[in-house]
Amino acid sequence: MSDWPLYEVFVRSKHGLNHKHVGSVHAADAQMAIENARDLYTRRNEGVSLWVVPSNAITASAPDEKEPLFDPSQDKVYRHPTFYKLPAEVDNM
Amino acid sequence: MYAQLVDTGTTGVKSLQEMSAEERAFQEKIDAEIKIEAKNWMPEAYRRTLIRQISQHAHSEIVGMLPEGNWVTRAPTFKRKLQLMAKIQDEAGHGLYLYSAMETLGADRDDEIERLHRGEVKYSSIFNYPTLNWADMGTIGWLVDGAAIVNQVALQRTSYGPYSRAMIRICKEESFHQRQGYEILLTMMREGTDEQKAMVQDSINRFWWPSLMMFGPHDSDSPHTGQSMAWKIKRHTNDELRQRFIDQTIPQLEFLGCTVPDPDLKWNEARGHYDFGEIQWEEFYQVLKGNGPCNRERLRTRKNALDEGAWVREAAMVYAKKQQQKQQQNAA
Repeated sequence: MSDWPLYEVFVRSKHGLNHKHVGSVHAADAQMAIENARDLYTRRNEGVSLWVVPSNAITASAPDEKEPLFDPSQDKVYRHPTFYKLPAEVDNM
Repeated sequence: MYAQLVDTGTTGVKSLQEMSAEERAFQEKIDAEIKIEAKNWMPEAYRRTLIRQISQHAHSEIVGMLPEGNWVTRAPTFKRKLQLMAKIQDEAGHGLYLYSAMETLGADRDDEIERLHRGEVKYSSIFNYPTLNWADMGTIGWLVDGAAIVNQVALQRTSYGPYSRAMIRICKEESFHQRQGYEILLTMMREGTDEQKAMVQDSINRFWWPSLMMFGPHDSDSPHTGQSMAWKIKRHTNDELRQRFIDQTIPQLEFLGCTVPDPDLKWNEARGHYDFGEIQWEEFYQVLKGNGPCNRERLRTRKNALDEGAWVREAAMVYAKKQQQKQQQNAA
């Protein structure tokens, strides 16, 4: 069925939670992708809402860019609350 | 198991010193239990072995629907029929999760299905046995899915991320399969007539040895296990998993009040495991080669399903295109 385009499937498992990627389905169009995703990924109350996105519409970061992309956040300890030492009297801030 | 005798295309396991820098970085990631994801660099042999293993696993789920499909119209009650259909639908789902995982490695689903139909790739030997009586639905759920669970629980920790995630989903669903199977047998043994009880024993007699064969050949005859374990595509050897399965199954068998057709089976206090008789490996290799009782019928059924569904897939695509054109016209 590779002649049918591939869609990535995202499921919201409960109200108030975000949609989470669960896998992919092949389908002739987006409506059928929703129907196939329902049968494949929500047979046991796993979801309250579905998104399907054509796989080729997703742009992903490249694994070899991992360091330039994510390393800069590692040396910024001052972005975390625990960096700031406060006196015991107000430390539950 | 669902993937038996998977060829790694390698001879022996390379030491870290023999590896290229890329290979070494890859192996160190695996050793540190860091999952490999689709876009990460991986040795070509790792990619090919995984495609082979996952595709075999997926085909097994899909072909595995056929022996059970035989009993949908013959289920003894409406409740049993609904349960059986739910289980079969799960197997289809498992096949699809696995094909998706395989596609992340760059394999094409249609190509792999074509290769199955040409007999170039395999599926588990167990699905080439016929389902002759209703107790077989119970035995398949209990023994066959039970054996699959032993293997798949271990595979949840496999090194390839998409495969591991598919396994986690599958394991959540398999437990229903095994319990419904055991309940079928238990009901027959507790409430059944003598004839129905005899069906249960007959079914276990036929499926016991083929279930043990699901784990694949002895470790000593499994030349690719070393490489697959180093890559953590496989987490335990065939013999380890087979022993684990026997040890956990025999108490359930005794509770049913049934026996297995193995005069050598007995508890070994010193080892802390059950001893068991020698498996007829010639039968296993014959079934894998295509000479089991149902090999030809299974493949013929799969091919027919694909061929006879071709017009539906085509029509759906044409319909989708027409709908899209209509929408564009309305928007213009």
